[in-house]
Amino acid sequence: MKFTRRDALALGLGATAASFLPLRAMAATTDEVIAAFTGGADIAEGGVSLTAPEIAENGNTVPVSVDAPGAAAILLIATGNPSPGVATFNFGPLAGAQSAATRIRLAGTQEVIAIAKMPDGSFGKASQTVKVTIGGCGG
Amino acid sequence: MAKGVKPRVKVPKTAAAGDVITIKTLISHKMESGNRKDSDGNKIPRSIINRFTCDFNGENVIDITMEPAISTNPFFEFKAKVPESGEFKFTWYDDDGSVYEASKEIAVS
Amino acid sequence: MKITMTLLAASALALSAGASLADGHERIEIDGVELILAAPAPDYVEHLDKVMSGWLFRSAETQALELDDFDNPAFVFIDKGIDLFNEVDGSEGKSCASCHEDVAEFAGLRASMPRVVDGKVQTMEDIVNDMRVNYMGAEPWKWSGGEMTSVVGLISLQSRGMPVDVKIDGDAAPFWERGKELYYTRVGQLDMACANCHEDNFGKMIRADRLSQGQINGFPTYRLKNAKLNSIHGRFKGCMKNIRAKPFKEGSEEFRALELYLASRGAGLSVESPSVRN
Repeated sequence: MKFTRRDALALGLGATAASFLPLRAMAATTDEVIAAFTGGADIAEGGVSLTAPEIAENGNTVPVSVDAPGAAAILLIATGNPSPGVATFNFGPLAGAQSAATRIRLAGTQEVIAIAKMPDGSFGKASQTVKVTIGGCGG
Repeated sequence: MAKGVKPRVKVPKTAAAGDVITIKTLISHKMESGNRKDSDGNKIPRSIINRFTCDFNGENVIDITMEPAISTNPFFEFKAKVPESGEFKFTWYDDDGSVYEASKEIAVS
Repeated sequence: MKITMTLLAASALALSAGASLADGHERIEIDGVELILAAPAPDYVEHLDKVMSGWLFRSAETQALELDDFDNPAFVFIDKGIDLFNEVDGSEGKSCASCHEDVAEFAGLRASMPRVVDGKVQTMEDIVNDMRVNYMGAEPWKWSGGEMTSVVGLISLQSRGMPVDVKIDGDAAPFWERGKELYYTRVGQLDMACANCHEDNFGKMIRADRLSQGQINGFPTYRLKNAKLNSIHGRFKGCMKNIRAKPFKEGSEEFRALELYLASRGAGLSVESPSVRN
């Protein structure tokens, strides 16, 4: 874990900004999306893996994959997007594995979360920060 | 129906009974998020594919709910069990009510 | 001095690019066809030791998109190109396929383009529109429009893996010289030439983006930025806007000459169309 001065500054800013309404409203939306999926149940860490690049070359097309052996469904959330929901993967009886890959849009550097719903009603979670860069000429 | 929508699917032609195979799908679609503005500053209305399903011989493999955060030209890769010979059916549901379909046969030995 | 700078740039590249470059991917295989993505620079490219495809400068995730034709989103446009190739249009009731039964007959064409015909630099776009207007009786397509880039992409794909080999002597020479002059001429508010980024500083970061050599062997290219196929001249315009210069027009004499010169700087690289870039 690298913790730079800039990270600390960003955290500090985040904490200050959280007291303003728009960001709080956005945070609530993430919570709402999760609550709609879990029904408010507790979420354990793990049980699902999330693969995403550490740095995305372009936020328009970020390859992401999720894998949760035995899961009934996986919810994918981009916490920093205007609306945080990305996709819900519901696995049918003929799913060969409870995994899927797709390409998503990320509005900026943010935490991406995957939540797996297990058949017994429990939930597991994984998250990863993806840095989205603003390119020079490429971006 | 959105203009020029074209699905592509990749399924192995053959498999052994009970095999787990990898399927890839791609469909050309703008996936207009509803967050963008045109050059006059007016909001461009949302127009996306909001659901994708894959079934094999009538039984579900995967059913995906899609939000505007899915990239232009949506791509999915997933795994399916193939108990017998048959047909995969792929369906994409557009916000505007259009439904795009593709199918692929697989022979199981 | 020039050589030192290039060497520095190359070492910066090796240091910062990580696995994607360090393990020396200079050849890749797509759909059973080998592509050469780095080659010794031709003699007339005085300041480079090696010419390198833009693929080598991209992240592992972006690189992976090009390695499989199904994963490569450019192929939805290639599919559209196939439809357009077969679609009857214009007063003569013909499609491309009416005369060119199998698009594979164009293998090799892209590798030799642009070329000088009748005292003018002819590009892929010119060939397509010449056929449409003079043989099909159809409206010409826009230079960077979706129809044009799809069909140019489809025709270019037929040459994938073949070495770029454009003619630069004889009647092509004055156009090549003009292109070279443009490449090294500083323009715009930022007062930059192509060479300042793509020859002096390739491999280094410009903000969060890694500069490539600006090779055009992979065009039309699918960019993650705009999720479509992009033409060579369209990309030139983007570059000129970035340096705050007034872009030349697509199809202008300037861009034609520059395209010829840039194509020649990629001699020895494989045609890589349709490539994937950020």
